[in-house]
Amino acid sequence: MLQQWIILLVSFGYLGILFAIAYYGDKRADAGRSIISNPYIYTFSIAVYCTGWTFYGSVGRAASTGVGFLPIYLGPTLAATVWWFVLRKIIRLSKVNNITSIADFIASRYGKSSVIGGLVTVISIVGIMPYIALQLKSISSSFNVLFHYNSQNVSELGAGHDTALYVALVLAVFSILFGTRHIDVTERHEGMVAAIAFESIVKLLAFSAVGIYVTYMMFDGPKDLFRQAALEPEIARLMTMEPLPGGYASWLALTFISMTAIMFLPRQFQVLVVENVNEKHVRTASWLFPLYLLAINIFVLPIAFAGLMFFHAGSVDADMFVLTLPLKAGDEALALFVFIGGLSAATGMVIVETIALSTMLCNDLLMPVLLRLKLLRRDDMGRTLLIIRRGGILLILLLGYLYFRLIGESYALVTIGLVSFTAAAQFAPAILLGIYWKGVSRRGALAGLAGGFAVWAYTLLLPSFAISGWIPTSFVEPGLFGIFELGPYHLFNLTGFDPITHSVFWSMLFNVGLMVGVSLFGRQEALDQLQAAMFVDVYKKRVIDRADAPLWHGKTKVNDLKGLVTRMIGAERADAAFRSYALRHSLVFHDDSLADESLIAFAERELAGTVGAASARVMVSSIIEGEALSIEGLMKVLDETSQVIEYSHRLEQKSRELEAATSELKRTNERLKELDRMKDEFVSTVSHELRTPLTSIRAFSEILQDDANMDPQQRQQLLRIVVKETERLTRLVNQVLDFTKIDSGSYQWAHEKLDLVSVVQESAAATSQLSQNKNISITRESPQRPVLVFGDKDRLVQVIINLLSNAIKYCAQDTGKVHIRLSCADDKARIEVLDNGPGIAPSERERIFERFHQLDDSSKSKPHGTGLGLAICKTIVENHNGRIWVESNQPNGSNFVFTLPLLADSR
Amino acid sequence: MHRILIVDDEPNIVLALELLMKKEGFEVHAVDDGEKAFHALGEFQPDLVLLDIMMPKMDGYEVCQRIRADASLKNVRIVMLTAKGREVEKEKGLALGVDLYITKPFSTREVVSKVKELLTVMPDR
Repeated sequence: MLQQWIILLVSFGYLGILFAIAYYGDKRADAGRSIISNPYIYTFSIAVYCTGWTFYGSVGRAASTGVGFLPIYLGPTLAATVWWFVLRKIIRLSKVNNITSIADFIASRYGKSSVIGGLVTVISIVGIMPYIALQLKSISSSFNVLFHYNSQNVSELGAGHDTALYVALVLAVFSILFGTRHIDVTERHEGMVAAIAFESIVKLLAFSAVGIYVTYMMFDGPKDLFRQAALEPEIARLMTMEPLPGGYASWLALTFISMTAIMFLPRQFQVLVVENVNEKHVRTASWLFPLYLLAINIFVLPIAFAGLMFFHAGSVDADMFVLTLPLKAGDEALALFVFIGGLSAATGMVIVETIALSTMLCNDLLMPVLLRLKLLRRDDMGRTLLIIRRGGILLILLLGYLYFRLIGESYALVTIGLVSFTAAAQFAPAILLGIYWKGVSRRGALAGLAGGFAVWAYTLLLPSFAISGWIPTSFVEPGLFGIFELGPYHLFNLTGFDPITHSVFWSMLFNVGLMVGVSLFGRQEALDQLQAAMFVDVYKKRVIDRADAPLWHGKTKVNDLKGLVTRMIGAERADAAFRSYALRHSLVFHDDSLADESLIAFAERELAGTVGAASARVMVSSIIEGEALSIEGLMKVLDETSQVIEYSHRLEQKSRELEAATSELKRTNERLKELDRMKDEFVSTVSHELRTPLTSIRAFSEILQDDANMDPQQRQQLLRIVVKETERLTRLVNQVLDFTKIDSGSYQWAHEKLDLVSVVQESAAATSQLSQNKNISITRESPQRPVLVFGDKDRLVQVIINLLSNAIKYCAQDTGKVHIRLSCADDKARIEVLDNGPGIAPSERERIFERFHQLDDSSKSKPHGTGLGLAICKTIVENHNGRIWVESNQPNGSNFVFTLPLLADSR
Repeated sequence: MHRILIVDDEPNIVLALELLMKKEGFEVHAVDDGEKAFHALGEFQPDLVLLDIMMPKMDGYEVCQRIRADASLKNVRIVMLTAKGREVEKEKGLALGVDLYITKPFSTREVVSKVKELLTVMPDR
């Protein structure tokens, strides 16, 4: 039998070691050489998840439900798989916003609302109360078991009330020493994290030690142990899924709430997020932590089965098998080590939890109230803060003790813990929806949290008081006011679930339903929108920049601002912070100069690191003249932003239009250049054509002039040439004039009723000389009756002559054949001029009708025209409402076609 | 007696030039396209070519190029007579090795005197 003083000495000695580790960790942190900046320490600190509940309670639960203890570890393992995405985002957000706790985080997301921060704090404290009671129970029970153990009266051993009170007080002092030693409360608690990580190693070693002892010393290895266990029908039953209360629904519910608990229990948020040194550590933790869970659970079933075999049913509390087994085997040293392991598990949880809760209590519940009531003297706020936090730690532990006194005896460890898990699960929708969906509003979050909390309190918290006899049991059975449908264990007639599953179902339904419903049907406030956007889009750089400049509307002096920060975080750190700010922004501060928005926002963030976002906002607003945050001002800025966006959209649109216009202009310009080039070419061609006859005329005139004695016959010949060349010149000049006239629209058309048969005949006759010169025959084909159109005879003759002379021009001497055909089709007269010349390439067929265009065939034969003939034809035909084009005349040659509308009496 | 080759597709101009050159006592041969001109160069062995630019089959520039590429024809003088009056065309002709570029319509006296001038430095056959 162990002496009480030995147990106390070892216990306090162990706490002393922890304290030394914490002290060393803090010293190293102050020196800038963090010992916790290490993914393994980070992982072990997360193992604060395994509390006295795991250490003692898992075995207890396994002894009654077999594998039923597992979901609590399955959940975190599943959750760890998405840590890299979800947890990392939460950590990033917390770093950007100087988040101090889970309440601070949720409040920040929802418009820095102090109401939400307060509500989260209340939920946490009320929800975690049973959990802290659980730790007190495990420590005091284990102490009593260790101290009073003797085989005769084990059944009378319970957790003494006095022991629990002492434990609570000792832990309070210890937590205060750990968490609130410094005046500045903003630093992360590096020493504490180091101590917690150490404790996690100790509890794993202790639990493994007893596991190995039981399995290998008391039995011949696991095979032997399980074989013997299977012989007892009661134990054999535990090896199936059958004893699990609530079956698979319960399994699912427990997995779900433990998934959320691993991240959203206040202490888990503290170690995972607030105390995180480096985002990258998450990567290691997400595979190493599940391994830790596996290791600490591997001996649960062996110990539970061994306990059931060694002690008769009910003679020893199954929760204490870990301790009673080595005691029964007479190994007191091992028992003492196990006790230290259990102490580690419980104290770790209590220390972190109370520090986290007291921070929340102070920053998110008391400070906003005190600030609003103006009860705080500004000159010693840091001191006040510290007192509040220390008081908070004591208060929380005493609340836990109270719960333990009132309820603790009636429940097993695990059941108490699950009540807290369900409470922590209420934070999951507000956080997870909040960081992925901008639409969740402050009101929605408030409604969801309040609804879920209310359902939780009604279905889990109140019944626990009733069962312990503090309120009438009729509240539980049949239900409130005797109405079955209002019974906390079968709300709205939902039966078939165990109380935890039942509560998880209804609280989550109310929580998510209200959150989504209110968010969808309500309007989001301005600051709410801003924070929502920042939280959801934290990975976008632009948003982080904006965190630096939330919108302050009002003025304050640099001096006042610095004074406020100094009072909260101390002169030295405030000085350093302002200096580095000035350096970053290349500013020189004068005490009386006005602080700009960005500096105010910076000060607010510095404060938020100490007192949380909501309180920081209230504090800063208290020294700023004018409205802290005018919604109108905010909306104005948002409007301006959207105007700028709109404006830039319009600019883009304009520049696109300009681009289009430019390329249109370019095309037009190209076209103009082309036309200009063609005109140039035309002038050059015309001048060439004019120069040729001019050359002959001048040359012969000079010859005649110089040779007075030329014989008369030759003189006559030369003069005839001069006359002919002059006629040619006249023709050319006329054609150019014609074209210019028709083209400019100033030509006087002489339209009359015409018979095309005679027009064609006349045109063919006019070109007969030309064709005879090249020995080319022109054949004609016309209908027997008149083909009547309304047109200008001279011009139509001109068109046909032009087409015929072109055909002759391009046909070969002697073998050339030209055919002109007149026909009627529908309401149109059709004139075709076919030749067997070289034909016209398809690419040229459109362009030959353009003015100034000439076939580029100068290497083959000299162009004989002005480039105006076909252009004139086209203008004339179109003026008659007709159409002209060219086709290919198989096997070679061209077919120039034009159509004219027939007069009614000719159809 | 110097030989002169006239290359032009305009019969009246050919006639005028023939009259002028014969009167000055040159031996004259006339053709009406570039291809014929090229053949005539070998057979007729002219001392000077009066060359039009715009002609069927082979234009004046090409004829000029071919003459200048043939070493046996290196002493042949080329006078370009053309209705193409633009400066670029003149430059193109000179660049290709034309000795003289005369724009139509031309002064008969000028043509005669320039042709004579070009031929004085050459020995008579």
